[in-house]
Amino acid sequence: MARHRDIRNRSYSEDYDDDDVYGYSVEEDSCLSPSDASQWIYDRNRSQQVDLLQSHNDIQEEPEEDSIADTSLPGHERRESMDFRSLNLDEEDEAKLMSCLDELRNVIGDTISDNILIQAVMKHKFDFTKSLDEILNRNRDSEIPKIEPVKPVIIVDPSKAPVILTVDKAPKVIATNAEPKAVGIVKGFKVGQDGSSGSRPQTPRDQSPCPERMLKTDQSDEIRVTPKAKENRLDANTQYANERGSEKDHLYIVVIGHVDAGKSTLMGRLLCELGEVSQRTLHKYEQESKKIGKQSFMYAWVLDETGEERVRGITMDVGRAQFETKTKRVTILDAPGHADFIPNMITGAGQADVALLVVDATRGEFESGFDFGGQTREHALLVRSLGVSQLAVAVNKLDTTNWSQERFNEITKKLKAFLKQAGFKDSDVTYVPCSGLTGENLVKPPAEAGLIKWYNGPSLLDVVDKFNVPERPVSKPLRMSVNDVYKGTGSGFCVAGRIENGLINKGDKVLVCPTKEVAEVRNISINEMTTNVAFAGDQVSVTLTGVDMQNVSVGYVLSDPIQQVPVATRFEARIVVFNIKVPITKGFPVLIHHQSLVESANIVKLKSLLNKSTGELVKKKPRCLGNNCVAVVEIEVCRPICVERYKDVKELGRVMLRVAGATIAAGLITNIVST
Amino acid sequence: MKLVHKNIERDGCGSIGLIPEEPEDMWHAYNLVAVADAVTASTVRKVQTESSTGSSTSSRVRTTLTITVETIDFDTQACVLRLKGRNIVENQYVKMGAYHTLDLELNRKFTLQKPLWDSVALERVDQACDPAANADVAAVVMQEGLAHVCLITPSMTLVRSKIDITIPRKRKGFVQQHDKGLTKFYEAVMQGILRHVDFSIVKCVIIASPGFVKDQFFEYMMQQAVKTDNKLLIDNKGKFLLVKASSGFKHSLKEVLQEPAVMAKISDTKAASEVKLLESFYTMLQLEPAKAFYGKKHIERANDAQAIEILMISDKLFRCQDIQQRKDYVAIVDSVRDNGGEVRIFSSMHVSGEQLDQLTGIAAILRFPMPELEDSDADGESDSDSD
Ligand SMILES: Nc1nc2c(ncn2[C@@H]2O[C@H](COP(=O)(O)OP(=O)(O)O)[C@@H](O)[C@H]2O)c(=O)[nH]1
Ligand SMILES: [Mg+2]
Repeated sequence: MARHRDIRNRSYSEDYDDDDVYGYSVEEDSCLSPSDASQWIYDRNRSQQVDLLQSHNDIQEEPEEDSIADTSLPGHERRESMDFRSLNLDEEDEAKLMSCLDELRNVIGDTISDNILIQAVMKHKFDFTKSLDEILNRNRDSEIPKIEPVKPVIIVDPSKAPVILTVDKAPKVIATNAEPKAVGIVKGFKVGQDGSSGSRPQTPRDQSPCPERMLKTDQSDEIRVTPKAKENRLDANTQYANERGSEKDHLYIVVIGHVDAGKSTLMGRLLCELGEVSQRTLHKYEQESKKIGKQSFMYAWVLDETGEERVRGITMDVGRAQFETKTKRVTILDAPGHADFIPNMITGAGQADVALLVVDATRGEFESGFDFGGQTREHALLVRSLGVSQLAVAVNKLDTTNWSQERFNEITKKLKAFLKQAGFKDSDVTYVPCSGLTGENLVKPPAEAGLIKWYNGPSLLDVVDKFNVPERPVSKPLRMSVNDVYKGTGSGFCVAGRIENGLINKGDKVLVCPTKEVAEVRNISINEMTTNVAFAGDQVSVTLTGVDMQNVSVGYVLSDPIQQVPVATRFEARIVVFNIKVPITKGFPVLIHHQSLVESANIVKLKSLLNKSTGELVKKKPRCLGNNCVAVVEIEVCRPICVERYKDVKELGRVMLRVAGATIAAGLITNIVST
Repeated sequence: MKLVHKNIERDGCGSIGLIPEEPEDMWHAYNLVAVADAVTASTVRKVQTESSTGSSTSSRVRTTLTITVETIDFDTQACVLRLKGRNIVENQYVKMGAYHTLDLELNRKFTLQKPLWDSVALERVDQACDPAANADVAAVVMQEGLAHVCLITPSMTLVRSKIDITIPRKRKGFVQQHDKGLTKFYEAVMQGILRHVDFSIVKCVIIASPGFVKDQFFEYMMQQAVKTDNKLLIDNKGKFLLVKASSGFKHSLKEVLQEPAVMAKISDTKAASEVKLLESFYTMLQLEPAKAFYGKKHIERANDAQAIEILMISDKLFRCQDIQQRKDYVAIVDSVRDNGGEVRIFSSMHVSGEQLDQLTGIAAILRFPMPELEDSDADGESDSDSD
């Protein structure tokens, strides 16, 4: 029913702001080591591989030594997870479960793991007394409860054999350890081909010792972790109020727009005006930029920090900086405008609450950024699809047009029409005339005579101050998406990212997914400032111990160890197709962008074509999808990733599909297919 | 591959003797051998001998065996074809009916006997034995932190090395970690190239990436080459070709193969022409959907109407174990040709073949529109066979 409704009102705003959260989702049960593509090294003379093969195939076989296949087929062991998201409860039952759990907790405290409680409650159909009896009895029976079936689902593929034969008689290709997923033909079978014994790992990430290690540590960790996790959840809101109640709200703004619209300059100048950049630094930038003949970029250097960005005069990765307004602490994410760096821009936008779109008002420049294959449109569509609904538009470089009102009006008119189509409500978009280079109308009201004549609206800073801060889901189970992994100063290493849901306390145990390794949070910092707790919405850097740095990479999710993020390779999504050159068919190879993760995937099924405005079914199993249509498709990713249904966790329920450098569709995950 | 002999009867049964000469020939052999064929080849067998004292010793002997094939396995990386089945010819060391596994070996003759050599199989023999088709190209697709070093031979695209390294992002005051990570990555890619690219064989080495990654990498590599006096790289500098690709994932090879600069160098290769052909199918689907179809049912109906201008079919379909299925596909191929249409058998080892496989493995561009097909729902069948 929920799906129906948001389909019907397909204007983006409704679509993407659907607030139904059911609090459960399908638990996925596969886990592979971090990189499915175990590495190999190919020898031209193949000595290594061939030897390996021959040693397996010692030519002396009689029927009994039947086939290598039997031993090497992965024992796909499945264990049921009792994690309560996997129970597939409906709202009512879930509520019953929760209240039962709470009562049980009141009686027995935090000594017993959630999972045991849940198991008991489910067994007795939410009957509190019976469950309590069972739990107490069980405790008496054995000191250490046997909770085998409730451990978080971890599938360990014991197969170490590099050669995988198929038992059926179909001729099939075997992949040795040497060439795992990358060769198309292997597609026929899903084998956990990670334990590649013969290959020397080439990249560090593949040395992951994870599966075996996990099995041993996990159970005990879970038990230890439980009370803590529970405690957190109970008072998350209180804690949030205590910690943040008196502070200014945090707001994250992504700055978007066509390359050279003046985004970095605008932000650099804004920071200077606000006194965030010291005179000394600015002077240094001025001198140095002059030296390489790029003086016009001196303000942009505040954000463009790498040598390469400065020399080339373009932003390549998201730059960030902070400043404060009257009511807010603002972090800006300066996105690269160039088409080649859209993946970085998507990462930036995925972390933002609101967006600032910068357009170059210069005659001809606005047009080339907007009409002729420029990034203005794509960026705006992307941020909207990524869930950003409030937008400020800086009509920049107005100094080049003599502060012409007509020009300003011409541009806003064009943008209004487009942005509305893209799903922004008129009331959520504010247009501000300004100039980043001269600093006009950024912080102070305009001084320029040409502008005062016709403009008496807010300055850019005022507009930023007026943005609404979205609500932070602090009481939900922890999800933090990782967008950077680096060495810190002390022990352990740091991962940076955004907390989508929940909160992290120093000392917490978190589950690094999709590999499902338990790590401990040693330190938390926000904007280089150490803190004891961080909440949903924050962009933080956490220091982890207990896992190897090489086993964590961009796109991973730190999850609550009990209420885990689903891990899957296949999911169903409702997609909105953008302007595309060729239609989408099944089998279409795409790159999916999911938060900071980019992974290659395939559209394996076109399930149905929907009417754009009513959401009604138009055709089942369409042959292909054309421009601007809405459809339900099934997507298979080439290795397991952490995904959530949109209705459970919005931020982790959105995907972008890109092909050959163009965004072809945006989707909301409607279902996670267990494989 | 060298053809040694060819004895085929009128009714299509018979045997062909072949000598594989390079790894790729194993791929051809893999596409030729079907379950129930008989294969004769030289092999090594371990034999146990019992001495008079009762102690047994084992030794290896080389012998020639003929088996009826029961399972076929192909190792794409090492290019090893392994055939397993029962011995059917009396042999000094091996009992009749005993199981044996043959690994076909390079430069050793094998004989393949089939109950029916159909047109597709015969065409494969011709293709395998055509010495002209031989142009290897190496291609590296990369983006920051991810690279695939690939070798493109006439009928296979092999990923020789995948480099996947997390590079820390630039962050305030920590720009060095980013730069260090990047250097480490470039070094790994360079090692990948040195290890896997045989400069004496490849025509050119394509380096493709979005943005400046390729230029930066190439600069790094050449600098290192000079620093370490690496003659191999310095002498072959001219073989490198830098082009744009949208990402470092393997799919982006498709874009690479369509770059004009690349086309000019390798336009005659199968991989590039297949990419182009599949692309034209998609263009047709966009412009005149009633002239582009996929899935066996639609294709059969279009073929019945003699409407097929170009048929694209993946060689995977001919490897299916179901004899009737293979017959059906061979019949379509033969009939399209009889009706003056063109047939292109895609290699499922190339990127576009991989995509075609996902798209039911069979697709066609028609001579005239058949809107009536569009309405008929034939996808059910094609859907199930891909799952
Ligand atoms: N005249 C004028 N030039 C500007 C203004 N803002 C930026 N520029 C110039 O536009 C160029 C691109 O600026 P940059 O900030 O790097 O653009 P970005 O790619 O959007 O980050 C630089 O040469 C700036 O000096 C402005 O308000 N007026
Ligand atoms: Mg910039």
